[in-house]
Amino acid sequence: MPVYNLKINGKSHSVEADQDTPLLWVLRDHLNMVGTKFGCGIGQCGACTVHVDGSATRSCLLQVSNVEEMEITTIEGISEDGSHPVQQAWKEVDVPQCGYCQAGQIMSATAFLNENKNPSKSEIRDAMSGNICRCASYNRIERAVEQAASKMS
Amino acid sequence: MKQIVSSSFSRRSFIKTSALAGGGMLIGFNLFQACKPEATPPVDVSQLNFNDFNAFIKIADNGMVTIFSPNPEIGQGVKTSMPMLIAEELDVAWDNVHVVQGALDTKNFTRQVAGGSQSLRFGWEPLRQTGATARQMLINAAAAKWGVDPSTCTTDNGVITNTNGDKLGYGEVVKQAATLPVPENVTLKDPKDFNIIGKDIQNVDIDNIITGKPLFGLDYKEEGMMYAVVLRPPSFGKTLKDFDASGAKAISGVQDVIKFGDKIAVLANNTWTAMKGKKALTANWESDAKLESTEGHDKILTDLLNGKEFNTMRADGDVKKAFAEADQVIERTYDSPFLPHNCMEPMNFFADVTADKVRLVGPIQTPAGTARRVAELLERDPEQVSVEMTRMGGGFGRRLYGDFALEAAEISKLAQKPVKVVYSREDDMSAGIYRPAIKYRISASVKDGKITGYHLKEASINSNMYGLIPNFFPAGAVDNYQVDVANYQSKITTGAWRAPYTNFLSFAEQSFFDEIAEILEVDRIQLRLDLLQNVKGTTDDRIQYSPERLENVIKVAVDKSGWGKAQEGVYQGFSAYYCHNTHVAEVADVVLENDVPVVKKVTCVVDCGIVVNPLGAKNQIEGGVLDGIGHAMYGDFSFTDGAPDAKNFNAYRLIRMNETPVVETHFIENDIAPTGLGEPALPPAGAAVANAIKAAKGIRLYKQPFVKHMNVKAPLG
Repeated sequence: MPVYNLKINGKSHSVEADQDTPLLWVLRDHLNMVGTKFGCGIGQCGACTVHVDGSATRSCLLQVSNVEEMEITTIEGISEDGSHPVQQAWKEVDVPQCGYCQAGQIMSATAFLNENKNPSKSEIRDAMSGNICRCASYNRIERAVEQAASKMS
Repeated sequence: MKQIVSSSFSRRSFIKTSALAGGGMLIGFNLFQACKPEATPPVDVSQLNFNDFNAFIKIADNGMVTIFSPNPEIGQGVKTSMPMLIAEELDVAWDNVHVVQGALDTKNFTRQVAGGSQSLRFGWEPLRQTGATARQMLINAAAAKWGVDPSTCTTDNGVITNTNGDKLGYGEVVKQAATLPVPENVTLKDPKDFNIIGKDIQNVDIDNIITGKPLFGLDYKEEGMMYAVVLRPPSFGKTLKDFDASGAKAISGVQDVIKFGDKIAVLANNTWTAMKGKKALTANWESDAKLESTEGHDKILTDLLNGKEFNTMRADGDVKKAFAEADQVIERTYDSPFLPHNCMEPMNFFADVTADKVRLVGPIQTPAGTARRVAELLERDPEQVSVEMTRMGGGFGRRLYGDFALEAAEISKLAQKPVKVVYSREDDMSAGIYRPAIKYRISASVKDGKITGYHLKEASINSNMYGLIPNFFPAGAVDNYQVDVANYQSKITTGAWRAPYTNFLSFAEQSFFDEIAEILEVDRIQLRLDLLQNVKGTTDDRIQYSPERLENVIKVAVDKSGWGKAQEGVYQGFSAYYCHNTHVAEVADVVLENDVPVVKKVTCVVDCGIVVNPLGAKNQIEGGVLDGIGHAMYGDFSFTDGAPDAKNFNAYRLIRMNETPVVETHFIENDIAPTGLGEPALPPAGAAVANAIKAAKGIRLYKQPFVKHMNVKAPLG
């Protein structure tokens, strides 16, 4: 089985996996980083969102063989202790219900706010529409992104 | 003012205390027993030991309080709100309280049920009494130390004070308190003295959620565990004829292929390999009867409505006579599809079946029933079966059913290894226990401008509405009233889905009254208020709702939503409903964008009694309203030849952020014991939106999902 060298959250990891294994399952099953969630496996729900070279990417569709040499960031890596302004906004607004989709939501929001420092309401709503929250905590996600934006700008 | 509460059951039956070797005091209590409405003492109280308790309060000698709660959390916030009740009466600062999900005791999980909307209702008194009992013991210990009467002592934020102004922290008296007898009568706070209840308290798991810690069933793993992915019959009604596992076994990393019943499990060292192994299986299926389709169900349910075979669940007066004597009879039929639950965390469960033990770990709302079924399946002594609950990535009713845990247990037994069954999204949507497709036909008779008769018929798949539902509004409001039900036994599995039955019945009924008001040319709010007048002072104790509380939420919703005063281009729809012991009224504001109706705002007024945690409560309301709108608008789930037509989110639409209105929530303030919030905001949402769409577009909707029946392109936010 091939071995891949991955750069995740600033650290190097070498992983033995089939070349077609999605990054999602490498993170979860091989590296024990389970913050990145499985939701649909076809890039429709956003639960598995990570950053690849800074861009929000669905890790369920990304084969491990294609991400060597790339900078991968997961929910475990955006801060040491939950202190990232987006995480803090999520806490202040008390966003989660079941909480399962929230890592993916936070990763989408973080990448979006890195690109767009001063987003409008409709830009936020469009940017976050790739992530499904089955509990429909959308009003609070929207508010948390607004709050994080004002902190980060 | 404080009140003495004399309880119908003894606190001694579910509370026991002990000193901790390392300092501090431990109070054990049986949470689920305490929270049962008919709580009874165990057979022999003297035989109780700490193994008989599944929840604990630890008060350390530094005064810090830890509440170990076995509460499963599906997202409705009880893991936060239930400890709030204990901490309130214990009279400690919430900042000094730490909530821990306790490991479960094998023997005593028999009363654990995560009934979202009922937990707080049943826990309201016993949990506060538990906190108050602990507080009284600490006071008694301090009073003994000072040589004063305990009744002269007061507490505040974990500090006991006597009339001389002496002070002792809880931590300073825990050692003595632990040795004292458990008091029989304790004082509960007057609601106006609450310091924690009624305050905004953050989700106790928030830090773990935002940092991606392992909390959920899918995150659970053990050394040596295999991942199992299961190939199930592709259609309801099909059975396994034969299969070939050679393709799967040829995949490196596939450890085993195991047939059980009509299913085949592929076991591997990781999820992806197991999923690939499943895809490489080839299987042949057979069926001995005609496979079911949505088209067929449509005809079957219509035939049931047109037929004469019904069970009558409630009949007041003489509906037949009222209809015969009417000036006008109005009849409408409403139609809903099956719905999958689609919890974001797909179904999964861990099982380790060994010679002397069966260990189960995972997300489940009914651990007791599931353990019993696993014991039966494996022919094991129930004492050998333990269930540990993880946080759940959504429930919505699906995790009441332990089918996935049974699969895990059976596979582990056959493989003789610990396994975790993992569903793909396709598995989750195809092996569902769906909300059944239902049709309602509602008829009303009108005489001299008044509604004289109301006749509701339900035709449903597999089962019918619960016995309480026929006693909801408008029962008692119309003299001649009848509810009839019929069902068709299908091979497609169905079950509870968030707010069972009322999730669609509310749409039918509240659309119907809206249309009657239009036909009779009367005010649609006044029509509802007039009907409620007939229920006031009723002596019929079957009636579930309070006409006064329903009237009040309606009036407050009219006021808060600016009903009738909407600006030009904003169209409003009204709906009010009682279910799950909670009264709710909603107003939807719809605008037309390129002639497509778009929901901009929903004003929601809720009477759930005392709001324990407003921050969490509002979250439940916002989610419930948006979930109700999303499924009414988009939820479309059909079957062809026994198989669902949609198997993943590319073919099944859930509401997304750019489609969501703002939800503005208002709670009625009162001192009535709290009721649940996980469900009751959902049912009225569909009718509020449908009635607003009628106002905006002139289209009266009778069928869900709306996007399919509106003759406009899909509305987007």
